[in-house]
Amino acid sequence: MVPLSWFLILSAFMFSSGLFAALGRRNAIAVLMGIELMLNAANINLVAFWRYGVAPMQNLDGQIFALFVIAVAAAEVAVGLALIISVYRNRRTVNLDDLDILKG
Amino acid sequence: MPELPFPLPPLPTVAQVIFILIAVLAVVGSLMVVLARNLFHSALGLVAAFFGAAGVYIVAEAEFIGVSQVLVYVGAISTLITFAIMLTRGMMFGATSPRNRQSGTAAIITVLAFIVLAALLRAIPWPQVGEPITDGQAIIAGLGYAFVNQYVVPFLLLAMLLLVALAGAIMLARDRK
Repeated sequence: MVPLSWFLILSAFMFSSGLFAALGRRNAIAVLMGIELMLNAANINLVAFWRYGVAPMQNLDGQIFALFVIAVAAAEVAVGLALIISVYRNRRTVNLDDLDILKG
Repeated sequence: MPELPFPLPPLPTVAQVIFILIAVLAVVGSLMVVLARNLFHSALGLVAAFFGAAGVYIVAEAEFIGVSQVLVYVGAISTLITFAIMLTRGMMFGATSPRNRQSGTAAIITVLAFIVLAALLRAIPWPQVGEPITDGQAIIAGLGYAFVNQYVVPFLLLAMLLLVALAGAIMLARDRK
């Protein structure tokens, strides 16, 4: 069987690249993609800990959490993309460096 | 057969080889999301990363999550993101840099975070094998049972959240003129 640490290291890699996309990219859609990567990394961790935990046949909490995360991520991406499209319609840009009208 | 002076590392099993192939797909996809200059290539990398995650779930014997991942992420979220990229076409073929001013600091922080996390995760003696799963169908039945018994309130709240989020998304994105 695959050791648990492999799952966790893959998930750490996906989380780190998602963090970089969220912090360092200029386009709002790229930032949203980074957030999706981070949510996926968290899901991999949840499923891996479910599989290697005590009595995976009875304790299904890890899988249930993962399903909740998937559904909430779907809602989040729908609202996020609607916000981005709305901003684009008003400002003709999705460059996050230009979106500073709330700055005092 | 002559005796070797050192023990050979054990050969990877079939599951481990499959995991490595899937992990390579996920890692290449994640790197494409982060590094591609063209935003559309980022979206393609995101699809690869989603497929990699689905494969990881199936290797971990969580087949229902894997299928949900393909349906929700690869089927719906990737399509939404692709449509959003096409609707906001101005940044797609970037004349400007795809990274902002703080990206150097962000790169250092994330690389350091990954190194620290990987070293930490390698050092901890995690279990090597999980308990065997004898009946996969019982797990899916148990998921359904848990959703209408122990987790019924979060489940209904989630349904409400999805409804509100989709209505709100339509309200935000529609043309007011």
